[in-house]
Amino acid sequence: MPNFDPQPALRHALQAAQWAGLRYSRESTQTRAVRNDAPEKNDTTLEEGAMCEVLIDGHFGYAATADLSNAGLQRAFDQAIATTRATAGHKVHPFTDVHRAAVQGVYQSPAQKPLATTPLALITDCLLAASKAMAIDAKVVNRSAHAAVIQTHIDYYSSNGTHTTQRFDMVDITVAATAAEGMQSQTRTWTHTGQFGGEVFDVAAFAQQGLRVATEALELLAAPNCPSGTMDLILMPDQMMLQIHESIGHPLELDRILGDERNYAGWSFVQPSDFGSLRYGSPLMHVTFDPTKQNAMASYAFDDGGSPARREFLIEGGVLKRGLGSVESQERSGLPGVANFRSSSWNRAPIDRMANVNLEPGTSALDDMIASVEDGILMSTNRSWSIDDYRNKFQFGCEHGRLIKNGKLAGVVRNPNYRGVTVDFWNRLGAVGKDEATYGTLFCGKGEPSQVIRVGHSSPACLFRGVEVFGGQS
Amino acid sequence: MSQSPFVTTVRQHFDAVADCVLQSLLPREAATLNLNAEETLFVRFNNNRVRQNTNVEQIAMGLQLQGAGRTAAMSRTLSGNVEADCAAMLQMLTQCREELAVLPPDPHQVPVENHGSSDETFSGQLLAPDAVVDAVVGPAQGCDMAGLYAAGSIVRANRNSKGQRHWFATQTFFMDYSLYNGSRAVKGSYAGTHWEPAQWAANLAHSKHLLALMDKPLQTVKPGQYRTYLAPRAVADLVGMMGWNALSASAWKQGRSPFKKLADKESRLSTQLYITENFGLGLTPRFNTLGEVSAPAVQLITAGELSTLLISSRTSKEFGLVANGANESEGPRALDMAPGSLEEKDVLQQLGTGLYLSNLHYLNWSDPVSARVTGMTRYACFWVENGEIVGPIKDMRWDESLYDALGDKLLALTTHTAIDPAVDTYYHRALGGSRTPGALIDNFTFTL
Repeated sequence: MPNFDPQPALRHALQAAQWAGLRYSRESTQTRAVRNDAPEKNDTTLEEGAMCEVLIDGHFGYAATADLSNAGLQRAFDQAIATTRATAGHKVHPFTDVHRAAVQGVYQSPAQKPLATTPLALITDCLLAASKAMAIDAKVVNRSAHAAVIQTHIDYYSSNGTHTTQRFDMVDITVAATAAEGMQSQTRTWTHTGQFGGEVFDVAAFAQQGLRVATEALELLAAPNCPSGTMDLILMPDQMMLQIHESIGHPLELDRILGDERNYAGWSFVQPSDFGSLRYGSPLMHVTFDPTKQNAMASYAFDDGGSPARREFLIEGGVLKRGLGSVESQERSGLPGVANFRSSSWNRAPIDRMANVNLEPGTSALDDMIASVEDGILMSTNRSWSIDDYRNKFQFGCEHGRLIKNGKLAGVVRNPNYRGVTVDFWNRLGAVGKDEATYGTLFCGKGEPSQVIRVGHSSPACLFRGVEVFGGQS
Repeated sequence: MSQSPFVTTVRQHFDAVADCVLQSLLPREAATLNLNAEETLFVRFNNNRVRQNTNVEQIAMGLQLQGAGRTAAMSRTLSGNVEADCAAMLQMLTQCREELAVLPPDPHQVPVENHGSSDETFSGQLLAPDAVVDAVVGPAQGCDMAGLYAAGSIVRANRNSKGQRHWFATQTFFMDYSLYNGSRAVKGSYAGTHWEPAQWAANLAHSKHLLALMDKPLQTVKPGQYRTYLAPRAVADLVGMMGWNALSASAWKQGRSPFKKLADKESRLSTQLYITENFGLGLTPRFNTLGEVSAPAVQLITAGELSTLLISSRTSKEFGLVANGANESEGPRALDMAPGSLEEKDVLQQLGTGLYLSNLHYLNWSDPVSARVTGMTRYACFWVENGEIVGPIKDMRWDESLYDALGDKLLALTTHTAIDPAVDTYYHRALGGSRTPGALIDNFTFTL
């Protein structure tokens, strides 16, 4: 529980506001990094503060403060009231307290071993084990291992009776080996990101992954460049994550469709009239927004406006059904949405964000998908990403490629890239694997002022027919 | 001009809390403290109306503690209450000591030293919070404008246990915006320390003029190689990629720098290219988080050859290089690209037939070893024939190596330059920015 009583400040705000809310957030992030067997970074950050929110003349406005005394909170509310009173006459849309319905509830990440009691020495041992395991060849010039341990506590209160408490335990691990020779270098990484406890810090597992990525980095260093041409493409889950994120998640955000994001991240090719009719992809494509996914990075019970989080289908059988929009965007657009009004920290107002956006498993075994490809390539692990501001023309690169010849995996290739246009690409979806894996990232950027948010994406491997593939210059 | 009350309060607060921490160090300990504070009003606009307004007041202090050859760092939000913040920072000092006890030795530790002191405070004339919306949207009446207004005070400060003291405070604003005619858009930015209604009106008028050019028939250009003019802001986007490991000495030594061939003298850029880390632009303080003060100007690229990479003290220690005041991330903080000889009035004529790109979007390395970058065109980008603008283009994807675009393919740089102040607002308002000319490039590669 926060060490203050929000109620006096909320009552104070109600003297001028039609509704008031207060979101308290406390987050500690411990970052440990090792490079070439030596400590690189030992850093802990503690962020703590409150976002005070008021509704004045149908307009929600915000003021953030780290002064959690009653006087400090009242000052922040007064600031929010003054600014919101001055801006409300120019609001984009009139809202009411219906858009902040009263809720109560709790959420706790599913950690098996509490992060709070995970010894720093164990984390360091894991990172060192990975670093040492990568030392298999002098060509492996850089061996790095990094872990961020994040514990977040969010309490949300409102003048109409909301009180939610959510506690998140999150871990983000990256182990990376760079092999270099002459002017050439190749990097291979392993990531493990999600809502976990201390159970993920297993020295043997870190050493195993370190050995694997170092071995594969050396393979890539000796491999030929990825060929160029139009061919069938199998994307493994650690690249599907990025494909889903950039070409499904962002274009379906209702605030983008409404134009809020036009000046920064961009607009969307999706039109309001597309919901219910646009054939986004092949009939094998089923995409969900699922903040209830166990261990996924962006699972929660309530968004930052207090909306209860539920699993919803965004795309069913390839047809667009629902957008990623909060109650405010739903009200403005008249479109169905989800509970995704999220902020990065106490000092930012919530906006429409992805949470866990997943491609649901299909029925194909990976071996069968490979067997169905005469001439193609299998790509793993995102390395490069770029897409236009309407989320149409993308170009993505991967760390690792395996050629597929006559239904069998063939040699490793380096610098594999592919490009396409979103709806055309998803309509080339020819098979969906039956075994999914879940990945996540801490760093999805969006918004003005800007915010990085955590997202999770689950997906099986998928096969796409006839994709433009190419390699590097070197 | 009077100093912001926030800045005055933060200064007193920083000194009090820093004294509290530094006076509590044990004899064999050394520490560095950094402060990052802001008081900002953000107003987000869509369709010339207010989407969200947020006041943010935040102070964060970082502590780096060294002892027994180990290094630990912690940072936290401060409440603004001296007693509470001293107690919180002392608790953090205790936690750092506990960490030092279990950490392995840090072989690349940079000892705490006194690198001198500095004191700079710049005041501005900002709009009163309740006057912002009318001042911004008034001249934009009738426009479909989206964007962000941000204004207020920003503070960076540093002290250490060897007596070093740095202080930098500034009051600034920016209005980063775009204007729309349906899906056709132009980008604009107005930034400074003193809001002048006439300047804002003139800035908007220029953007409206550009938007009118977007009324011409939309051109579809096939993928291929085209003679291309990048306006200064597009050049800023392109050379901004040098901040993604290219100019980092640590990345070079770790085999991760896209400029490895440049650093190893296997490749070179155009002899027209001169790039400096130039603190004379006044966009950011010269001191870094260790309190080291960079030279006023550090020549990075001279006539297309690398003069030096950005080298932090930690990298210097690890790899035996000479540090040059770079920050820990070894990215440029005030990149300044020298102008050339192409007059602005001659740009279209010299372009002849090809593409005029005002802005680029979403850049990323597509083949780091070759310093190849991919990205999109965005905003006011035109197809030009025989020196005349024919019409705006549909967005195009491009994919081009910096060794080529800023190498043999670079035909000319313009005499005019533009300052692109940082408008990043992740976590807090950023300082810094760049100054770049426009660039005429032959056979720029468009792929989709």
